[in-house]
Amino acid sequence: MADDAALDALYQEIILDHYRRPRNFRELPEASCSADGKNPNCGDALTVWLKFDGDLVSDVSFQGVGCAISKASASLMTQAVKGRSRDEAAVIFEKVHRLVTGTETDAATAKELGQLRALAGVAKFPMRVKCASLAWHALKSAMDGAEPAAQGAATS
Amino acid sequence: MSVKSTVHTLGALAPKSDFPLLAASPELVYLDSAATAQKPQSVLDAIAHYYRHTNANPHRGAYALSAAATQAYHDARVRVARFLGVADADTLIFTRGTTEAMNLVATAWGGANVARGDNIVVTRLEHHANFVPWQQLALAVGAEFRICERDASGGVDLEQWARLVDARTKVVAFGQVSNALGTINPVTEMVAIARRAGRALVVCDGAQAVPHLRVNVDALGVDAYAFSGHKIGGPMGSGGLVMRRALLEAMPPYHFGGDMIEWVHDDHTTWNVVPHKFEAGTPNVEAAVGLAAACDYVDGLGMEAVRAHEIALTTEAMRALAAIPGVTLHGSARAEDRSGVVSFSVRDVHPHDVATTLDVEGVCVRAGHHCAQPLMRALGVHSTVRASFWVYNTPPDVHRLAAAVQAAQERFALP
Repeated sequence: MADDAALDALYQEIILDHYRRPRNFRELPEASCSADGKNPNCGDALTVWLKFDGDLVSDVSFQGVGCAISKASASLMTQAVKGRSRDEAAVIFEKVHRLVTGTETDAATAKELGQLRALAGVAKFPMRVKCASLAWHALKSAMDGAEPAAQGAATS
Repeated sequence: MSVKSTVHTLGALAPKSDFPLLAASPELVYLDSAATAQKPQSVLDAIAHYYRHTNANPHRGAYALSAAATQAYHDARVRVARFLGVADADTLIFTRGTTEAMNLVATAWGGANVARGDNIVVTRLEHHANFVPWQQLALAVGAEFRICERDASGGVDLEQWARLVDARTKVVAFGQVSNALGTINPVTEMVAIARRAGRALVVCDGAQAVPHLRVNVDALGVDAYAFSGHKIGGPMGSGGLVMRRALLEAMPPYHFGGDMIEWVHDDHTTWNVVPHKFEAGTPNVEAAVGLAAACDYVDGLGMEAVRAHEIALTTEAMRALAAIPGVTLHGSARAEDRSGVVSFSVRDVHPHDVATTLDVEGVCVRAGHHCAQPLMRALGVHSTVRASFWVYNTPPDVHRLAAAVQAAQERFALP
């Protein structure tokens, strides 16, 4: 079982700050694309909007309801991918995925993630990986131009 | 059989030492028994005994061991039927649980009896297992699917129930106890209204009632009653469907295969008698034997004592949680109107964050929609936190819960 230290790492100040004051928490009427992310396990749902200027993400935003982890992760994501190219955003997606699932073994790679490293605490809570991934899967769906699939959470 | 422990846990109805998982983790506060109950040693012993001494394929072999397995399976059916107040034990079909039982009725009876122009009535409080099978049946045959809303007190609106159930109603399906809120429904009145209105099949979901209330299925007057064994300390994959014999005999089988046939001709097949007609394939004898042992265990405690214990715990939990600023309780305000369930929300803290924080404090609760999304929409929430009690829980467990909720609030409080 995770302990208090793990809980402190999960809900560190930067996560709580982004939960309480999510950045880029708005609609983006001039968006190039958007996608919904849903976690049927808990009913959380959010929408991610992307605006491209050529290959660059010139603006990105999100709205929706969610727990501290999903909302903070979405907020951090908007800051991390703004100004990046599609390919760069896709690379960040992969790195974050490894970070939250605890499979990122390269410390240097983890360091590159900057503020996103705050999401590393999720790895100790397997039940919460879907929360941390929700916005990122919506981002990927939006970039891929595909209809977002609801995450395949086991639900009852 | 295990020797009954004399070590009693303060304020528990059943000592935690009866439950190996709880005995191995004394700091654990397990408050998710509405999802599944922990298993008493006697159930584990019964299953092990079956495999060590009686295991063979029942109904098949001509040898004594197979006859013993057949007898064990039959004895388990008789025992569970007696526990449920079912006089005709062969009208108890063993299933994997409530979900399979509901699918059996909806598919086999519903498929043969519900048609375009008919309607099916359920309530807003249903678990998905007693909602989706009927919704899908209605969609498949072109019947109307009606949902009875809740009244101001949060229970089933009996006036609307009386309006919705009419001469064209082929099925009414409702839970005896709501899994999400613990609300005990007025089954007697709901059945009486349905009988007055017409000839609907009356189906009751007993999953959340059987572990907490003395249930007498014959006296309830329903046509079909589904329940799960794992919620009363039996193994996962145990449970059943009780249905009137005439209906079981008239309706087509659900699954085809071994055991459920009488004669298989090249061009047609005739069916075995009830209950075997609805138990295709090698039966789960382990589940039946374990469930029977769970019935013994609960009867040993006394269902009236179980009920009194849960009312006491629920009363204390509602008092302790309601006293915490920012905590909102869902469902009836009276503990007597509930099974051992307290569903609640914490202001500014998402249910999943509450549950994760409680988990680290050693308190296991459910966070989510409790397989009742239609109800969550009506409550205006996406999910709730649910604490649910059973025989091994104690007042100190309740106080650990309340303290952990306050710890979660402190963690999420603005600096």
